[in-house]
Amino acid sequence: MKIAVCISQVPDTATRIKIGSDHKSIDPNGVTYIINPYDEFAIEEALKTKEKIGGDSLVYVISVGDDSVKETLRKALAMGADEAVLLKSSSVKDSIGIARALSEEIKSLGCELVFCGKQSVDFDSGITGQLIAEMLGYNCVSVVVDFKLDGKKITAEREIEGGREVVETELPAVITAQKGLNEPRYASLKGIMAAKKKTIAEKPAVDLTGYTEILDMHLPQSKQPGRILGTDKSAVPELVRLLREEAKVI
Amino acid sequence: MADKIFAILEQREGSLKKVSFEVASVAINLANQLELQAEAVVVGNEINNLNDLSKYGISKLTHLKSELLANYSPSAYAEAIASFAKESGAKILIFPNTAMGVDLAPRVAVKLDAGIVMDCMKLEVKDSEVIATRPVYAGKALIDVKLNSDVKIFTIRPNVFKPQPVDSASLQTEIKQVENPDLKTKVTAFKKSEGKLDVAEADIIVSGGRGMKGPENFHLIEELAEALGAAVGASRAVVDAGWRPHREQVGQTGKTVSPSLYIACGISGAIQHLAGMSSSKYIVAINKDKDAPIFSVADYGIAGDVFEILPALTEEIKKLKS
Ligand SMILES: Cc1cc2nc3c(=O)[nH]c(=O)nc-3n(C[C@H](O)[C@H](O)[C@H](O)COP(=O)(O)OP(=O)(O)OC[C@H]3O[C@@H](n4cnc5c(N)ncnc54)[C@H](O)[C@@H]3O)c2cc1C
Ligand SMILES: Nc1ncnc2c1ncn2[C@@H]1O[C@H](COP(=O)(O)O)[C@@H](O)[C@H]1O
Repeated sequence: MKIAVCISQVPDTATRIKIGSDHKSIDPNGVTYIINPYDEFAIEEALKTKEKIGGDSLVYVISVGDDSVKETLRKALAMGADEAVLLKSSSVKDSIGIARALSEEIKSLGCELVFCGKQSVDFDSGITGQLIAEMLGYNCVSVVVDFKLDGKKITAEREIEGGREVVETELPAVITAQKGLNEPRYASLKGIMAAKKKTIAEKPAVDLTGYTEILDMHLPQSKQPGRILGTDKSAVPELVRLLREEAKVI
Repeated sequence: MADKIFAILEQREGSLKKVSFEVASVAINLANQLELQAEAVVVGNEINNLNDLSKYGISKLTHLKSELLANYSPSAYAEAIASFAKESGAKILIFPNTAMGVDLAPRVAVKLDAGIVMDCMKLEVKDSEVIATRPVYAGKALIDVKLNSDVKIFTIRPNVFKPQPVDSASLQTEIKQVENPDLKTKVTAFKKSEGKLDVAEADIIVSGGRGMKGPENFHLIEELAEALGAAVGASRAVVDAGWRPHREQVGQTGKTVSPSLYIACGISGAIQHLAGMSSSKYIVAINKDKDAPIFSVADYGIAGDVFEILPALTEEIKKLKS
């Protein structure tokens, strides 16, 4: 079976965001990039699934992005993915366009099982997996914390408000990974060496046009620094008074 | 007749959730400005509190009904909503940005060839266009976006848009039976977590960090939460340490929350934590280090020991409530 993992590259979560001069994107100066944290769970689950079903299964990692994304793809290869595909584009950020490019590639590779992260921590939309599934006519379970594949049958648990839903479906399917699904492995030295020798297939991303138009990017209004009311429990009554009378939240 | 704007309501276990009224209010508000007609749509079987909707000024509700659709089923719900939206010519659909809404809205978008903006915190009308404002980079920045598609979908963050009751309103409900729903993907069970309230839905959150010293001390957090009717949250440090479950994690790789009140106890305020909670209306920090970054976003702070402050605070709240 062929398994695809869609991975995106995002600014390190410790990045302090500065707005770029176009007022529509961030200032890339000094930003370091990492693999989207949720996508590590997606890669791990794909590798585990491959190990479990054995045979001549292959794991493909696919990303839509510019040349800098190759580094992230190589990390996924080092973790154990078999092949990597870069769908080249210069920073388009519309989920529908990205999902369309990814679906085309997944279709032409013939992958029956697709893993995504539940959300990329840059634009935080959390929809790419569901879009891909709908475009390909695949089943989909999102925000998955437990995944079992038995033949073609899938039993998964997804996190929702106040608990977990147990969901049943079957291949072909897209699964989006939530933290808790597994513990991503570290790349072994051997993996890192092997990844260096692999070639990353590069193709132009097809038709990335979407419908969103960013008009402006800005920083949230910064708050007035708050009041420190004291250093011990004698400040508690005043705190409660303020919450009640000034903030009116309790 | 005016084009339609749909408020897609959410029900669980046969009750409309609070966020449904927020969605309805947003739809009415946009409809008034755009001269569209707002209608509500809900998928499910028996739903016990549909009449509560009349308070918010929606005049028509369509209940897409089937015994097989009592529980959420992604494929069937998406199909039911999309085909009804198509036949009624809906131009704008508003969903809640909940677990269900995030799962459902993109599927409906593909079926309707609609553009989609998730997690909106503000929806404004300018020159007859809807301009949506949403957080990116977990709230470290905001973007204003518009959609260039014929049909447009927006999901709204819970707790941000307050439902506005109106005086005179009559609600007309129409039931449409859903035939042969597509159940290729179906929910077969729901495992409730022991926690009482989910951080994503709570109006008040009391969160604990590494300053709580160990899982055995979280009863102090739980007791305050209980007194306030709040949910318990956590920093990643304590989730990674296994003291608290991941569903309680607030931050860039946890939940992004906007409650009315967020009380951070023994949390330093790392950038990834702030990203997830800095849009809370009021923030209280309790931390013995007066230079901790959490104080830079807090409205009120006590620079003291959680083990001394928390019990006193819980007492004071209990006094107030009794
Ligand atoms: C990729 C990535 C993603 C991340 N995502 C998240 C996320 O989603 N959410 C998140 O929270 N973090 C996240 N982090 C981690 C983040 O960087 C911090 O490490 C974490 O938030 C620290 O948790 P903390 O504040 O509980 O612990 P600490 O930073 O150790 O702070 C403990 C605080 O408790 C105070 N304290 C100690 N004793 C007492 C006492 N007796 N009374 C009062 N105060 C006391 C100390 O002064 C200190 O300020 C992420 C990190 C990375 C790299
Ligand atoms: N540019 C991209 N290339 C490949 N996969 C992506 C890309 N953007 C998003 N994804 C995948 O879709 C998931 C959800 O992203 P999003 O919908 O942007 O929050 C991510 O965790 C990735 O698995």
